[in-house]
Amino acid sequence: MADLLDVRDLKIGATAYPPGEPPKDITIVHGVSFTLEKGRVLGLIGESGAGKSTIGLAALAYGRGGVRITGGEVLLDGEDILALGSGIRSIRGNRVCYVAQSAAAAFNPAHRLGDQVVEAAVRHGKLTRAKALERARYLFGVLGLPDPDNFGKRYPHQVSGGQLQRAMTAMALCPGPALIVFDEPTTALDVTTQIDVLAAIKRAIEETETAALYITHDLAVVAQISDDIMVLRHGRMVEYGPVKQIIEAPREDYTRQLVSVRQIQKQEAPEQSDALLRIDRVDAAYSNHFKVLHDVSLHVPRGQTVAVVGESGSGKSTLARVITGLLPQSKGKVIFKGDALPPKFGDRSKLHLRQIQMLYQMADTAMNPRQTVRDIVGRPLTFYFGLHGQEKTRRVAELLEQIEMGKGFIDRYPAELSGGQKQRVCIARALAAKPELILCDEPTSALDPLVAAGILKLLMRLQAETQVSYLFITHDIATVRAIADSIAVMYRGRVVRFGPKSGVLSPPFDDYTDLLLKSVPEMRLGWLEEVLTTRRMASAGH
Amino acid sequence: MRWREIPLSAWVGMAGLAVAIGCAIFAPLIAPYSEREVVGDIWLPMGGDFLLGTDNLGRDLLSRLIYGAQTTITVALAATVLAFSMGIILSFTAAVAGGWADQGLSRLNDLMMSIPTLIFALIVLAVLPQELWILVVVMAVLESTRVFRLGRAVAMDVAVMEFVEAARLRGEGRLWIIFREILPNTLSPLLAEFGLRFAFAVLFLSTLSFLGLGIQPPEADWGGIVKDNKDGIIFGIPAALIPGAAIAALAISVNLVVDWLLNRTASLKGGRGDG
Repeated sequence: MADLLDVRDLKIGATAYPPGEPPKDITIVHGVSFTLEKGRVLGLIGESGAGKSTIGLAALAYGRGGVRITGGEVLLDGEDILALGSGIRSIRGNRVCYVAQSAAAAFNPAHRLGDQVVEAAVRHGKLTRAKALERARYLFGVLGLPDPDNFGKRYPHQVSGGQLQRAMTAMALCPGPALIVFDEPTTALDVTTQIDVLAAIKRAIEETETAALYITHDLAVVAQISDDIMVLRHGRMVEYGPVKQIIEAPREDYTRQLVSVRQIQKQEAPEQSDALLRIDRVDAAYSNHFKVLHDVSLHVPRGQTVAVVGESGSGKSTLARVITGLLPQSKGKVIFKGDALPPKFGDRSKLHLRQIQMLYQMADTAMNPRQTVRDIVGRPLTFYFGLHGQEKTRRVAELLEQIEMGKGFIDRYPAELSGGQKQRVCIARALAAKPELILCDEPTSALDPLVAAGILKLLMRLQAETQVSYLFITHDIATVRAIADSIAVMYRGRVVRFGPKSGVLSPPFDDYTDLLLKSVPEMRLGWLEEVLTTRRMASAGH
Repeated sequence: MRWREIPLSAWVGMAGLAVAIGCAIFAPLIAPYSEREVVGDIWLPMGGDFLLGTDNLGRDLLSRLIYGAQTTITVALAATVLAFSMGIILSFTAAVAGGWADQGLSRLNDLMMSIPTLIFALIVLAVLPQELWILVVVMAVLESTRVFRLGRAVAMDVAVMEFVEAARLRGEGRLWIIFREILPNTLSPLLAEFGLRFAFAVLFLSTLSFLGLGIQPPEADWGGIVKDNKDGIIFGIPAALIPGAAIAALAISVNLVVDWLLNRTASLKGGRGDG
């Protein structure tokens, strides 16, 4: 059978503007080739900057933001679509469709979903409007959306993120394309939602016999949905083969690292009654009286890590805001080293402020872009310990050694650091205050898996060295397994389960924890089918 | 920073500024005649003893232009700097403090802005004694309302960033947060506004002088020279257009320099090199 998509020696370039230097041309993708047969799914996987989205868009002969396709061929049914010129418009949104990562940003909030879903099919003259709406209703059904007949009448803000992502998939499927490019369609979703969307996408692809390029950084996800996988790094192909071979017998070192990245495991520390931080029956509400935390109690032992897990909106970040004093609790106590902390951070002593430090999810916005690493890390040293001049520089260099970066970085600006390095500098800033407790608000979730693993290892090493405690907020169970001593599971503002890791992660489970644990993609074939089968059986049993 | 990276437009702007500031500082040395001395017939054409001709009273126009640079630039610069100091401090305080302080300052600012600038200035200057510093303060207060608007908007954006939150949680005082965390990150829009405001200050001063409330004769200032010579235009005498051209050239020069500074501060932030 002829290949539907045949990409030959694709080269993509762009112009870079390094600060203080003249602009120069760089190559983003160095000669990548692959083929895709009708009805099959190819997973493109790699860390950020690997060029996977760029390659995906090249299948629509599109270069985003100054990106140019400089060489190679993209054959769709034997026709080179790079050579089409403006004729490409009859292909985009017709024979090749695209599903973007953030459906919330990709839909026009002013129009009803149904109108947007059928637009491409009608515009290309493939279907009449009535026919297209009928197909949209059918697709809504296939994708498992609630009330498929009326779903299209809603506006984007009236449906959830997971539903929006499925609506976007329906939009891509509506013209009956030969190929769909999925660009990280589930990355922004909670695990419990991700599994539904994954299952819907898989079913829709099978049902419509469409071929797909599935772009993601999560190997476990792509393993569930693809037939073949291509591993990319720095714009080059690392490994290309059937899913089974990549997952079970990877040939390249880099692929092996990707496969094994989720296997850091921390030995659970024995339970301690000596709590550094104790949260006692805390309620918290935002100023509009919307209550976010209900009767939350937990404690963080000295030198140990408590992971707080839950989906977005479960109140885990709010808990951190209460502990820092940014959002005073309306009821209950936060007890730190035996003293009840004043609810507002402005009323707390400098000592208390120093002892509780914070790591943010986005290291980018957590550092002043106008300060150098020296200023960022040095400020707590001056502020809390009165260090100046030579002494301060020496200590900053020491801290940079501690985070495995070295003093060469001391005069860099945040913009000149990579994502992982930025997070490390944030860690150094927290360490500079010699804290006893660090609140980590998803510090690794914006990072690539290998970089994230490096940060987790660093945090664990620092804990062993300095006996610092962590309250680690995350939605990722793999991260929890890696670093936690105890776990608190949060759901809708309540702690539904709290205890040592081994206890929380072993049955009997409450309903939510069960759902959460079962939704985490596992790095093996057939996992998705298994989960769906068990679910169906469970719902049949009820 | 290397000299070669400075674009041509910035060089042009800096040259223009250098000429203007040079004239302002060394006016008594450069000017061929005194600023007040009547040296010839009225509205003599260009050339001969008088490079740009003479004005409506027979004073040398070039000399008056050079002396006028002194007053115009000094007053406009002083007013703009003062306006920015007041505007930035008040607006950043409003943005950082929030709550009642913000409401109070912002509504007061709205009140000031609701009065037409020129009419406000006319009334105040007519009532108060005609002294230079009062003129500067009145201009600064009126300009600062615009700075306040912009300053509050940009500071609000920065104040909600996590690094500001981190500084607050560290226990930093309000001054540190305003001057060390927020100000450096708002420099780009504020610099752009500075260039614009300086140009407006020159124009505003000229307007006031034109109306007789700015710089008082016989002292020269560019707007005043335009006013003195405006009647000449009817007779085809270009004496009024020359100071007008000087005002335009100064405004353009300032903005060329500011545009370049803007690019530099933007790239410092990693805006372009970020990708």
